[in-house]
Amino acid sequence: MKALLLHLGVLAGLLALNFLAPAYHHAMLARIMVLAVFGLGYNIAFGYTGLLSLGHALYFAAGLYATGLLSQAGWSAGPALLAGVLAGGAIALVSGALALRTAGVSLMIVTLMFAQAGYQTILYYTPLTRGEEGFNLTNAGRMLGPVNLTEETPRYLAALALFAVALLLKLALVRSRRGRVMVAVRENEERSRMLGYDVFRVKLVALTLSGLYAGAAGAAWAVLFGYVGAGFAGIQYSILPLLYTLLGGAGTVLGPFLGALLMFYLIDLTSDVSQSYLFMVGASLLILVVFAPKGILGSLRARGLKWLP
Amino acid sequence: MTNNLGPFTTRRRVLGGLAATGATAGLATGLGTRFAQAQSSAPLKLGFQLHRTGIGAAYGRWYERTTKAALKAVNEAGGINGRPVEVIFEDDGTDAARGPQVLDKLINQEGCELVFGPLFSNVVMATAPRAAELKIPYLVCSETHSVAAGKLNRWTMQPGITDVKSQVRAVAPFIFDTLGKKVTMIYPDYAFGYDHRDFLTQAAKEAGAEIVKLLPIPVTETSFTRYFAQIPRSTEVIYHVMVGPGVLTFVKELGEFYGSNHPKLFGFIDSLEAVNIDTPSLSFLEGTHFWEGDCRYAQPDETEFDKAYRKAVGVNDQGAAINDPKEISTYAHMFSCWETLYVIKAGMEAADYKGPQDRQKFVEAVEAMSDMPASMQHPQGAKRFNGKTHQVFGHQNISQVKDGRLVRIERTSIDAGLYPDETDYTKMSF
Repeated sequence: MKALLLHLGVLAGLLALNFLAPAYHHAMLARIMVLAVFGLGYNIAFGYTGLLSLGHALYFAAGLYATGLLSQAGWSAGPALLAGVLAGGAIALVSGALALRTAGVSLMIVTLMFAQAGYQTILYYTPLTRGEEGFNLTNAGRMLGPVNLTEETPRYLAALALFAVALLLKLALVRSRRGRVMVAVRENEERSRMLGYDVFRVKLVALTLSGLYAGAAGAAWAVLFGYVGAGFAGIQYSILPLLYTLLGGAGTVLGPFLGALLMFYLIDLTSDVSQSYLFMVGASLLILVVFAPKGILGSLRARGLKWLP
Repeated sequence: MTNNLGPFTTRRRVLGGLAATGATAGLATGLGTRFAQAQSSAPLKLGFQLHRTGIGAAYGRWYERTTKAALKAVNEAGGINGRPVEVIFEDDGTDAARGPQVLDKLINQEGCELVFGPLFSNVVMATAPRAAELKIPYLVCSETHSVAAGKLNRWTMQPGITDVKSQVRAVAPFIFDTLGKKVTMIYPDYAFGYDHRDFLTQAAKEAGAEIVKLLPIPVTETSFTRYFAQIPRSTEVIYHVMVGPGVLTFVKELGEFYGSNHPKLFGFIDSLEAVNIDTPSLSFLEGTHFWEGDCRYAQPDETEFDKAYRKAVGVNDQGAAINDPKEISTYAHMFSCWETLYVIKAGMEAADYKGPQDRQKFVEAVEAMSDMPASMQHPQGAKRFNGKTHQVFGHQNISQVKDGRLVRIERTSIDAGLYPDETDYTKMSF
C-alpha cells in the first residue's frame, strides 16, 4: 500500500507541476518523463532481470523512426505512435532471440553490435532518414485526435500520461509472479532453471517488454518534440538509460525517473558554471557509484525502506 | 556565461506578471507608462546557441569571439533602437537533443528576445520546431539547405551565410571549365556529404560534365588508402569535402597514394577550418583549390570592411589569432555571426522592436529585406536575401594554395549561386 501511495504521490506531484512549474522547467520535465520511460524499460531488463544491454538505443530509435517515417508517409499520430511502440518491441524480440544466447560481457558486446548496425543502417539510408541531420514532423503529424501536441500543456500531459501508464504497469509487473521470476533469474539463473522455469523465455519476455518501453519513449519523442535524427541511435543513447538506472537505483521502480531527473538538472546546472560540465557530471556519477553503489533509491532501500519496490 | 538564477527568479517573474496583470486591470495608465519607459531603456537580450563543446567546439570558440566583437561594435554605435544589447551564450554541446533545451533556457530563463548562431545542421533541425512552438525568431548560421528547401518553419531564417546548394552551384563552373569534366567525389557518409553529392551531380548534368565515381566515407574512418584505390584512372578532378579528425590523415594518405602526379583537387575549406594549412603534413595540397566563404588570408585587394572586421575580431593577415598565431580561425564561416547580428539590428529597427510582442513584426521585417551592400555590416561582401525562402545569397571565393597560403583566384557573382525558389515561407502561418 505504501508503495502504491508513493508512486501515485509522485504522479500527483508531476500533475501539480503542470500548473506550478515555470515554463523552462515545465518543458524540461516533459522531456525527462519521456526519457524516464526509456529508463523504466531499461530497468526491467537490467535492474530486474540482470540483462546488461548496451544496445537499447536501437529500440528507442526503432520507435522514433517508425513513428517519424510513418508520420511523414501521412499516418496520423495515433497509429504512428502505436507502430513505434510495436517496432521497439519487435526489434527487441528479434535481436533478443539471437543476443540472449550469450550472457554477461558477451551480451553487452552483442547488443552493442546490434545497436551499431542499426545506427549504420539509419546512416546508410540517409536519403530516407536524412541521417545525422534528421527531419521534422509536420504540425499535422503532431495532432493526436483533437489534441495539439505542439502546445505546452497537452504535451506535458501526454508525457505524464505515458509516464504514468509505464510506471504503474512496471509496478504491477515487478509485484507480479512474473516479476518475481525475473528477479529469481537475475539472482540465480541455474537455480531458476532447476526449479523448472524457462530462463531463456523469461529473459526474452523481459527484453521485449523493455523494448516496448524504449519504443514507446522513442515514438513519443518524435511526436511530442517533432524531431527525428540519427543522434538518438548512437551509443550515447544506450549509455544514458544505464546511467539513469544506476544513478536512481537498479531494481527500483522509480529509480530511472529519479536518475533521469538528476542527470538533466546536473547537466543543466553544471553547464552554467563551467564548460567542463561533462567532466563534473562524470565525477559526480563516480562519487555516487563509489559511495552509493546501489543508486539512490537502492541505498535507501538497503538502509531501512525495505518496502520500496 | 549565463546567469542562471533558477526557478525562484522565474517564479518571481510569474508573480510579478500576475501583479502587473492585476494592476493593469484595476489601475490606470500611470504605472504602465513607467513600465514602458523602463522597458524601452533596458538592454535587449539576444540568445546565442553556441557549440562551445562537442564536435563543433573549434567553430564555437570563434563564433563566440566574432559575435562578441560584433556586439561591441553594435553597442558602441548606439545599440539597437537606442537600447544597449546583451548576448547570452549557452552551450548546446553540438548535441541535437540539447538544442531545444538551450533555446528554452535562453528564452524562458534568460529572457532573450530571439536566438541565433548555430552551425551544425542536426542542432538546427532539432531546435527549429521548438522555435516555432514558442514563436521565437531563430536565425541560423548553418549552411544547411533545409531552410531554403522549405523543411523548417516561418520562424527559422538563414540571413548570414549561403547554403550548400548555392555554394556548390556557384563554384561548379570553375571546377568543370577550369579543372576538368570527369570528377570523383569523396565526401562524408552523412547528410552534409549527400548534399554536396546531390548538388554537384545536378550541376555536372547541367554543365555536360560527368561524376565518374562517388566515394562516401564513414566519418569514423581512420584510414583512407583503400578508398583511393577505387578512384578511376579517368578522373580529372577529385572533389573532396572531408570533415572530422581524420582529415589530416586523409590528405597525407592521398599524397602517399598519388605522389606528385595526381588529378586536380578541389575541396571545401570546411575540412581544414581551424587547421594550419602551411604545415609539412599538408604540403600535398600545394597548388590545389578550395572554396572559402571568406578568405582566411588577407588578399591584396582586401576591402576596408574586411580589414576592419578582421582587426575587430582579433585575426591577423594569416587568419590566425593576433595574440596567438598558432590558433587558426574558422574565417571562412565565422563572418556569418557578425552579419547575422547586423541583420538582427536592421530587422529590429525596421520593425520598431520593443519586446516579445514584436517578434512576428521582426520576422516580417527580415522577410522584407533584399539587397545588402558590402559594408561594415556585411564585411564578407554584398548579399541578397530571399524573404520567401528565408535564405541569403552571396559571393563565393575560390582560392588556390600557393606557398602554403590560400590565394583567391576567383570570386563568383551573387547570381551564380541563385536557384529557383523551392518554398514560400511568407505563405505559411506564424
